[in-house]
Amino acid sequence: MSILVDKNTKVIVQGFTGKQGTFHAQQAIAYGTQVVGGVTPGRAGETHLERPVFNTVHDAVVATGADASMIYVPAAFAADAILEAADAGIGVIACITEGIPVLDMLHVKEALKSTGARLIGPNCPGVITPDECKIGIMPGHIHQAGRIGIVSRSGTLTYEAVKQTTDAGLGQSTCVGIGGDPIQGLSFVECLELFQADPRTEGVVMVGEIGGTAEEEAAEYIQAHVTKPVVAYIAGVTAPPGKRMGHAGAIISGGKGTAEDKFAALDRAGVATVRSPTEIGARMKELVG
Amino acid sequence: MNLHEFQAKHLFSDYGIPIPRGFVVRSSSEARQAASRLGGSVWVVKAQVHAGGRGKAGGVKLVKSADEAQEYTDSLLGGRLVTHQTDEAGQPIHAVMVEEGLDIQRELYLGALVDRASKRVVFMASAAGGMDIEEVAANEPEKIVTVGVHPAAGLQPYQCRRVGFALGLDKAQVGQLTKIMRGLYRLFIDKDLSLIEINPLIVTGDDSLLALDAKINIDDNAIEVGRQPQLADMRDLTQEDETEVKAAEHNLNYITLDGNIGCMVNGAGLAMATMDVIKLHGGEPANFLDVGGGTTTERVTEAFKLILSSDSVQGILVNIFGGIVRCDMIAEGIISAVKEVGVDVPVVVRLEGTNVEQGKKLLAESGMDLIAADDLADAAAKVVTAVSNAA
Repeated sequence: MSILVDKNTKVIVQGFTGKQGTFHAQQAIAYGTQVVGGVTPGRAGETHLERPVFNTVHDAVVATGADASMIYVPAAFAADAILEAADAGIGVIACITEGIPVLDMLHVKEALKSTGARLIGPNCPGVITPDECKIGIMPGHIHQAGRIGIVSRSGTLTYEAVKQTTDAGLGQSTCVGIGGDPIQGLSFVECLELFQADPRTEGVVMVGEIGGTAEEEAAEYIQAHVTKPVVAYIAGVTAPPGKRMGHAGAIISGGKGTAEDKFAALDRAGVATVRSPTEIGARMKELVG
Repeated sequence: MNLHEFQAKHLFSDYGIPIPRGFVVRSSSEARQAASRLGGSVWVVKAQVHAGGRGKAGGVKLVKSADEAQEYTDSLLGGRLVTHQTDEAGQPIHAVMVEEGLDIQRELYLGALVDRASKRVVFMASAAGGMDIEEVAANEPEKIVTVGVHPAAGLQPYQCRRVGFALGLDKAQVGQLTKIMRGLYRLFIDKDLSLIEINPLIVTGDDSLLALDAKINIDDNAIEVGRQPQLADMRDLTQEDETEVKAAEHNLNYITLDGNIGCMVNGAGLAMATMDVIKLHGGEPANFLDVGGGTTTERVTEAFKLILSSDSVQGILVNIFGGIVRCDMIAEGIISAVKEVGVDVPVVVRLEGTNVEQGKKLLAESGMDLIAADDLADAAAKVVTAVSNAA
């Protein structure tokens, strides 16, 4: 078992024929992901990477039965792409694109409520169930099928957690990069809920960062609903207030969203916090054996 | 991206939000003319910088003659203003506003921002205007009234009435507030703003509501995708950190910090984590630097130049987790950067991920004085030791 995606997931690529879309679709196919086609408006009927190209997501879904999408379209058009996927009935939408205007995401969030779609991202590495399905830009080879769920706001910092759980012989059930933007799709809480219900996941690594209150909400949820061990790390103890640390969402404003607040909330909830990201793998190994 | 007060007030004007009469001036003689043209007997001279706390820092002054307006403007222009929100060098003053003095009966606070928790544009208002709103929020949260705007429905009049009556305004004043709030909301949406603040929003002796101050932040992503060209043209680079601006030109995310260990990392989260681990090992990071995903040799070189442009850097930690980026390419970048820039401080390199063995081999065979590290903890320990040995 796993969450969100597995070997049966049929994936289309929005922004299929672009440079990013092409490269990462190739990587996903090489990893063994069922990439069934892609969308580039005006290019229907063509074949790209030995797969059909469609004008619209609707056409792609009708022709291929796709149930997941990965989005590589430029930031100015990404909100439209997300809503197109949701409207076509796609269940899991991973939006890799970074730099989407915040007001676009406000509208997307509201509109998605009336659909069954789950959005991952934007501005994220995507989602991977090792050896089954890779939707995103993460390096496949550091992953190993196993029993730890990973959910993270960061990209490369997620890879640290992945590598450590691989090196510790634990492996991963599914890894979800929920993205570094202030308004995003799946939250920590929603991912924790999925991991708690997934029989294969024995423990969860949660990687947060400064800004917002998503980690505090996760802490409350864990205390009330999560029985599996959770190891958490929060990046940005040394980050100064008022400065956006790369990610649009990673900013301490109005004295809120500091790493210390988040560590404190997680500690109170009984989460195994680590002050250094280098201790994630070892700590999880102690907890799940 | 931030705007100056005078730019924000121009936008307010365009959206029907009342502001005091006034002029932007760039010389002391213009200040005198402005005072004469405005008439009256009291004026306010305000330094235009991207920072709050101007009043306490001497950047805002009530003057009682055109002579005084001229003199005070002269003392501000060309100087720098240091407030509690700036660094010790302060912000350069290239423009000054001269505004009419007003009969202020009440000072209120009105702001709007994107609230990430409720995923709405949220208006905040308080009867305690003129004060630091963050202090009010911390000490007397019950004095702040908030309303969230549904993205499809937009701001409704009842929401404005709720705010107005909570502020203790009378019916006619609530009408004015409604007009102001609806103007602000249209402005917020049209211009892709992330924050608007009016502090204070004043009620005058003749019962008029006016925005005495104006602060606007714009969503950088909206500027970046090119859909706010008018606002992009209003950017004042002199108000921004020179090194950070230069970094952005090379698609690097760079923020100056106070320590002495320069960091070069791929990915924002990993860059923050690297800073934290340096601190855990007793060191202090000199910067946050994310070289991004699609790093090239040129960008690595530029990153080194930026790090070394700070005199306080006594050691450098390179931490790369190659995913899509290959470690051998990064190694080549480091080698060419060190050759080109001439690095005379210890450099610790930690490479991990795709093609890591080839990358490590290239570094080892380069004959350069680089310190290789196995993981992040090892790297942090090594750079802290190297810096303290060199000191």
